[in-house]
Amino acid sequence: MIEARGLTKRFGDKLAVDQLTFTVEPGRITGFLGPNGAGKTTTMRLILGLDRPTRGSVTVHGKEFSRLAYPMHELGALLDAKAVHGGRSAYNHLLCLAQANGIPRARVGEVLDLVGLTEVAGKRSRGFSLGMGQRLGIAAALLGDPAILMFDEPVNGLDPEGILWIRNLMKALAAEGRTIFVSSHLMSEMENTADHLLVIGRGRLIADCSVAEFIERNSVQSVRVRTPKPELLADLIAAAGGTTVAGAGGVLVAQGLPVDRIGDLAFENAIRLHELAPAQASLEEAFMELTADSVEFQAHTPGSGTASRTDRMHPTGVAS
Amino acid sequence: MTTTQIAPAARQRLLPPEAGRAGFVDALRSEFTKIRSTRSTYWTLLALIVVCIGIGALACAGTASHPQGISAAGFDATQQSLAGLYVGQLVIAALGALTITSEYSTGMIRTSLAVQPRRGVVFAAKGVVFAVVTLVTGLIASFGSFFVGQAILSGAHAHLSATLGQPNVLRAVIGGALFLTACGMLAYGLGAVFRHTAAAISAAIGLLFVVTVLVQFLPHSWQDSVDKWMPALAGSQVWATKVTGGAHQFPAWGGFAVLAGWAAAAIIVGLVLFRTRDA
Repeated sequence: MIEARGLTKRFGDKLAVDQLTFTVEPGRITGFLGPNGAGKTTTMRLILGLDRPTRGSVTVHGKEFSRLAYPMHELGALLDAKAVHGGRSAYNHLLCLAQANGIPRARVGEVLDLVGLTEVAGKRSRGFSLGMGQRLGIAAALLGDPAILMFDEPVNGLDPEGILWIRNLMKALAAEGRTIFVSSHLMSEMENTADHLLVIGRGRLIADCSVAEFIERNSVQSVRVRTPKPELLADLIAAAGGTTVAGAGGVLVAQGLPVDRIGDLAFENAIRLHELAPAQASLEEAFMELTADSVEFQAHTPGSGTASRTDRMHPTGVAS
Repeated sequence: MTTTQIAPAARQRLLPPEAGRAGFVDALRSEFTKIRSTRSTYWTLLALIVVCIGIGALACAGTASHPQGISAAGFDATQQSLAGLYVGQLVIAALGALTITSEYSTGMIRTSLAVQPRRGVVFAAKGVVFAVVTLVTGLIASFGSFFVGQAILSGAHAHLSATLGQPNVLRAVIGGALFLTACGMLAYGLGAVFRHTAAAISAAIGLLFVVTVLVQFLPHSWQDSVDKWMPALAGSQVWATKVTGGAHQFPAWGGFAVLAGWAAAAIIVGLVLFRTRDA
């Protein structure tokens, strides 16, 4: 479990992380979502104690990270796959990390096997491809067999095969009961892997909910209709409580009414329809609108939730 | 955490020791693996030995071929054979700085501190491992220089050569290794201060070499009270059998203490910054 309370980090006059309060619950994949520069990496660096918070605190299993007896056994992190000495072999890189936490040498071979780098274990990591570097970073995170794994943008720059490998690995690790905290700037990636979402924009938390809840709350149902009599149908929809936006060629995009209700309205009033289709705004679009200008979204506390989480913030809705 | 109980029983979890915590001894092992697993370490240490022995041999060969006007009483054969230390100090300064700045230039420092977030432990272990490796290599370089140099001198003019049994000679030869270690540690401290290889090596060379030269341009009356405090000049007393550079200079161990003081100051400032700055 990772708990942040009022976590704030200021670099000069820029607030990189602004009063973040959240809990990464054990045993599931929590997606940490936000556009580039939103403060995801800084938050993770704060968790590891690489940066000191300006205000607030963050704990891992109830303790500051630097107070954990064997940090690698509690939390394994992959922040930057390039953060290795390229002149050192993969084996020696992992060995020096393992030794720092008193982890037996045999474990190095195990994690190399696990990520499929056994054959290149003796090679210097300078020559590794991005995907191999990523695997090496994941091997390092797994050395201590930790209960929590933290990955910063693990699929960035990977080919489809590498992306699939990481996705499956995260699911397998979560199935073993581990807590996974993974950041991404791509909603589509989280849609496929995460159970829970933390969304941040400009350093502030703007959503803390399950993926299903996020989809429900942020994807606006609309219906696209094409008819020779758009004005007449628009009036009928308005009378029934919906709204419409007229497009070219008799196209109407209606909101507020389900698709079958609109079909019935047309039938009852003998309006010919040439097209009738439900359309869901993609999650990617919803996410982009949500984070495009975070300050536009006023925070309010949700009606439900435990007392300790009353300062979670939710968007009031999606701007149209 | 209860997470371990949730995990399928089929898989054996790797559990940490029940007591204690990842500490200094673990960090020493880790840092020793780091220093022995990069090629630059071997090249630099080899360069150190070659430079010390080579320059010392050249200096002694010069004396051997041109002995005119050299009196056995005024000549320090030990110091002559250790002349390579003047350049060796710069080689080891480069390695001392690199020991810590290479972690910053590669980004490895973020990985290192994510597995051992108690930074004082990392800093101390890294420093101790570097110091021990340097001392051992320094002893090889120093004794090697001495024996090669004396062989050259005694072959030509036995009265101009020294043996380990003569007064202060053993101290001076061991002192050569201590001098190299102290210079390396000075650069290690500066490496933590600057976190940038070029800046740290420049600062170390400036302090060890350039300052020593610049002091020569001071008026004589000032020079005597200033130059004995300069790290390289003060430290070099420990690898000579007689006080060099004037009667006002510190004696062997006093001079070494001055150099050690400079190194300690750099290390303390480096440690404070290493602990407090964002990595």
